[in-house]
Amino acid sequence: MLKVENLHARINGKEILKGINLEVRPGEVHAIMGPNGSGKSTLSMVLAGNPAYEVTEGSASFYGKDLLAMAPEIRSHEGLFLGFQYPVEIPGVSMVNFMRAAVNAKREYFGEGPMSATDFLKLMREKRAVVELDTKLASRSVNEGFSGGEKKRNEIFQMAVLEPKLSILDETDSGLDIDALRVVAEGVNKLKTENNATIVITHYQRLLDYIKPQFIHILYKGKIVMTGGPELALELEERGYDWIKQKVDAGESL
Amino acid sequence: MNALTQYIDLFKGHRQLVDGNSAETMNRLRPEALKVLEKMSLPPSGSENYETTDMNALLAPDYGVNIARVNIDVNPAATFHCGVPNISTALFFNVNDIYAESKDARAGLPEGIYVGSLRRFCVDHPEISRKYYGKIADIENPVVALNTLLAQDGIVVWVKKGIKVEKPIQIVNIMQNGSPLMAVRRLLVILEDDAEVTILGCDHTQNPDVDFLVVQTVELHAGKRSRLDLYDLEESTERTSRLSALYLCQEEESNVLLDGITLYNGTTRNEYYSRFTGEKASLRLLGMGIEDRKRHLDTYTKVEHLVKDCHTDELFKFVLDDEAVGAFAGLIYVSKGADKTEAYQSNRNIVGSDNARMFSKPQLEIYDDDVKCSHGTATGQLDETQVFYMRTRGIPEATAKLLLKQAFMADVIDGVRMPGLKERLQLLVERRFAGGSLNCSSCRSACSSSEEGEPKC
Repeated sequence: MLKVENLHARINGKEILKGINLEVRPGEVHAIMGPNGSGKSTLSMVLAGNPAYEVTEGSASFYGKDLLAMAPEIRSHEGLFLGFQYPVEIPGVSMVNFMRAAVNAKREYFGEGPMSATDFLKLMREKRAVVELDTKLASRSVNEGFSGGEKKRNEIFQMAVLEPKLSILDETDSGLDIDALRVVAEGVNKLKTENNATIVITHYQRLLDYIKPQFIHILYKGKIVMTGGPELALELEERGYDWIKQKVDAGESL
Repeated sequence: MNALTQYIDLFKGHRQLVDGNSAETMNRLRPEALKVLEKMSLPPSGSENYETTDMNALLAPDYGVNIARVNIDVNPAATFHCGVPNISTALFFNVNDIYAESKDARAGLPEGIYVGSLRRFCVDHPEISRKYYGKIADIENPVVALNTLLAQDGIVVWVKKGIKVEKPIQIVNIMQNGSPLMAVRRLLVILEDDAEVTILGCDHTQNPDVDFLVVQTVELHAGKRSRLDLYDLEESTERTSRLSALYLCQEEESNVLLDGITLYNGTTRNEYYSRFTGEKASLRLLGMGIEDRKRHLDTYTKVEHLVKDCHTDELFKFVLDDEAVGAFAGLIYVSKGADKTEAYQSNRNIVGSDNARMFSKPQLEIYDDDVKCSHGTATGQLDETQVFYMRTRGIPEATAKLLLKQAFMADVIDGVRMPGLKERLQLLVERRFAGGSLNCSSCRSACSSSEEGEPKC
């Protein structure tokens, strides 16, 4: 579904991604790991279409369509979802209005009329249950005054509502205690089907105990320097990233 | 050139007509207004507190002034229904500056409230009118001086001691004429001790292709323990200019809400002057402006804390697009001895285009040391991170920006305490930002040729 080739991107004139190659097929779970500043979040932002980032070279296609040519909202309609590392607070916009706008925009894109109020409320109720999201939060402004855990649950709740084909979860585990982590991970697992795929971006092995990837990619200095199976995550947990950094910096192959 | 000369000449040439079509209480203040105007030179554009407003340019055009009180053929009550759905109001009108009322305007109003023509009031209640008319408006203010010189009628709301009026008073100001016209409007509100009333004022312009000028003076007297809510909603046209000077005097434990909402306008300068003369009084001073094209909105506020224990909460918000210009200058003055004053002032603005401009000047002057005061201003653009976040959820950019602009106004809208009006305003603001017409389904008015091309009210 996703094919990224030789992707280069920069922000404020600084090149962060220096040739990313990645292919994701339906039913797969990929993990992207790597030390701070390696370009993990940049990759997620570029794939989601953040206008602050400039793609300078390479391509990305999503179900054969040119992903990079699409506006962020079109990427969403086509089935791409980004779970933010730092979910954005939007004071004054209620969760309900926010989600209604999102749901109806997607329906409009596919030529359908707006969802009825009853159906919409039913959908909200049903999807809230996936991540045990407190009903109270629905009437509040988007992410405003939410705890760290609530914000991350809210991301997965939105993912549940939008039913994406490919979800990129950017450090969904950061700032979560062990219980919240379990709830969030279980939510992701409940939403998993053989037709959708997930890219999990994380620093730590911990999340991968719950969300089990088939592929682990190590990103360093804007490139995927190593790809392996689940065992690679365990190795990283044990040995850290230094050995990889040293090898790459010395120009040795991994 | 002094733009005031034509008005002075008009008055001198037709003094009998002006006086003859007015009342003694109003006539007796004209000589002083004349004296002030003859000496006055209007503040030039760019001078202190007139940074963006050119008074000479606003007053220079040759507007007609209806001093002969020719009643233009309009029966607003029959055609104009700017109802706020689910609320009934007692409906009164100014057609230009001619007073009119709907047939059953007084139904549902208790005894003890007088609403009606100011001129008539001055005849019926000479003593009361003399006690309050022109007493707090500063005659040295050019808007007040000009208004006092030429005002022949107006509207008065007088609520007697202890009377709590539940039904809101709605004053619909309609500008309607085939050629350029100036309306000299006056509103006098007297709340005796323990009185309560809510007033909703709406400005509308019927002829979008005609230049209009409104010169308005408002005087509000809030007696002890009284409660006054005044909403002032402008929905006029790009060719309408409005100069408004509002004066408020608050006695002990009075509670006042002033809310100035500018949805559509041309060039507007709204001045708010308020003064606490009794302790433990509170004022909520709110305002919002949505400005696009070449619209201009200038707001000046001055709140004086002269006594102890009073509370001011002031918030003005503007959203500017295209080539619109906005200005806010606000002063909170706390005199020596005004202990336990609490006064907060805030001005927040969004400038959505490269050519829109916002000028903001928040000021505090404090001569007492036992006070809690703050002031602040911030002008910026919509938060790109928020826009992007919404877009990743499939919300199109334009919709995302719309939601954010609406959200920006949420706290001003939340300040509305008239039942039904808050929801109504939410809808009006939403439609305003969506770029569409206001198009009230409830409006049967003839205002079908608004500048937005669709009916609006």
